[in-house]
Amino acid sequence: MMLSVKDLEVKYGNIQALHGISFHVNEGEIVTLIGANGAGKTTTLMSICGITPPRKGEIAFKGSRIHHLKPESIVQLGICQVPEGRRIFPGMTVVENLEMGAFLRNDKAGIKSDLDMVFDLFPILDQRRSQLGGTLSGGEQQMLAISRALMARPRLLLLDEPSLGLAPLIIQQIFEIIKKINKESGTTIFLVEQNANQALKLAHRGYVMENGRITLVDKASVLLENDEVKKAYLGL
Amino acid sequence: MLESFLQNLINALQWGSFYALIALGYTLVYGVLTLINFAHGDIFMVGAYIAFFAASFALTTLGLSGWAALALTIPITMILTAMVGVTLERIAYRPLRRKGANRLYVVITALMCGLILEHSNLAILGASRKAFPTLIDLKIYHIGGVTITNLNIAVILVTSLVFIMLHKIVTKTRVGMAMRAISYDKFAVPLMGIPLDNIIVITFILGSGLAGLAGLMFAMSYPVLEPYMGALIGWKAFIAAVVGGIGDIRGAFLGGFLLGAVEIMVVAFFPSTLRDLIAFTVLLVILTLRPTGLFGIAKTTKI
Repeated sequence: MMLSVKDLEVKYGNIQALHGISFHVNEGEIVTLIGANGAGKTTTLMSICGITPPRKGEIAFKGSRIHHLKPESIVQLGICQVPEGRRIFPGMTVVENLEMGAFLRNDKAGIKSDLDMVFDLFPILDQRRSQLGGTLSGGEQQMLAISRALMARPRLLLLDEPSLGLAPLIIQQIFEIIKKINKESGTTIFLVEQNANQALKLAHRGYVMENGRITLVDKASVLLENDEVKKAYLGL
Repeated sequence: MLESFLQNLINALQWGSFYALIALGYTLVYGVLTLINFAHGDIFMVGAYIAFFAASFALTTLGLSGWAALALTIPITMILTAMVGVTLERIAYRPLRRKGANRLYVVITALMCGLILEHSNLAILGASRKAFPTLIDLKIYHIGGVTITNLNIAVILVTSLVFIMLHKIVTKTRVGMAMRAISYDKFAVPLMGIPLDNIIVITFILGSGLAGLAGLMFAMSYPVLEPYMGALIGWKAFIAAVVGGIGDIRGAFLGGFLLGAVEIMVVAFFPSTLRDLIAFTVLLVILTLRPTGLFGIAKTTKI
């Protein structure tokens, strides 16, 4: 098992964001966590990355506990997040942004070949190498954010709402790339989305989250047919 | 006329060098933490005193020659002053950052830290001024009608070299890039495994080390030390950094020289009592015309 989360509780001051959630992600899987705004999806990702440490419960990566580790140690283990809203560095060039993704690595040759790899994945970024991140379009920024995370060579890639604010055609493109990353390099993917339809079509399994609790778990194809999910998240 | 202009230009470059070196420290810390480290002028003062003790120790206790003493004083001053800056960060700013304190409280804390440095100096060493020992013999050159000393040249050269090195660090090295990344988005940076606290410590090491270097060179040029020597020069360097566009090292560098030039030119043509009044007025006008400072355009090139 790649990632296992058990009875995770997170509080912000007096506000409880997560009420003891449990889930797991197997190696090579694409798992999605869907839910409405404020359900606790981003908090879940932030706890995995060591930004918001849990009050209770445990997070384990490949069998060893990681919830007491610093964010940089967690990245070093191979967990990398593409944050909500992309958060690329606007005044730094595309290449500089990517180099920041490889901050913890010292293998120059490996970094160079990974640069070629992401430029292969997103040819548009290759054309924009020395352009400032802030001048890219929303879709290009999302591609850059994904590429920046890939530069850390993650075993587990966490994606927070990659479809946010993008045109349907671009969303399609981004999701196809996510699938490709999973297929070709075997990178395990944990995808947090509000766009339930797209996410469930892409994923192998899905979790539904409501008010800090996980309410449904199943194969993605089953969730797509689930009446509750259809009503609440697919607008059917 | 040309001679007097050249003379003033050299004076301005030398005087502006101190502002530039101190302004670089303000702007580095601001770029990374959006904190105006108002203790920075007093860190410069502490640097001058550390240089005083280091130089005196090297000259009298160790009995070294002037040049050898200087060679020893430079690293000692820079390292110890950097440690003072890092200590402030550790005991004063970091706890506030951990608690997510409002920026206002951090700025007030910085002001207090500066006052604490001034007054602990006063308490420990007393109010009497200290005379900085002579490390190198002053050589005065007359070229045409222009007078220049070896110390003038050294100050200007060292400051320019420091700037070039700092610019290389910020734009070319991984740590420097991380500093810039933090200035854009400090929430995204840990997700890439960039250790935020370590980068902040490095920023304080750089900024305070430069303040120490400025303190040493200032003490060599104007060899009288007193506990409040960092206050006004610190404020002025801060203003220089703002005029240049705070957060941008090119702005701090140019802003420092600009302020130095304005001050020297005022003294050249007006009574010297008008110096600070006119200097600050000019800066006020510049800020009115360009509120973001000379390099503060569109926030594209922070630090």
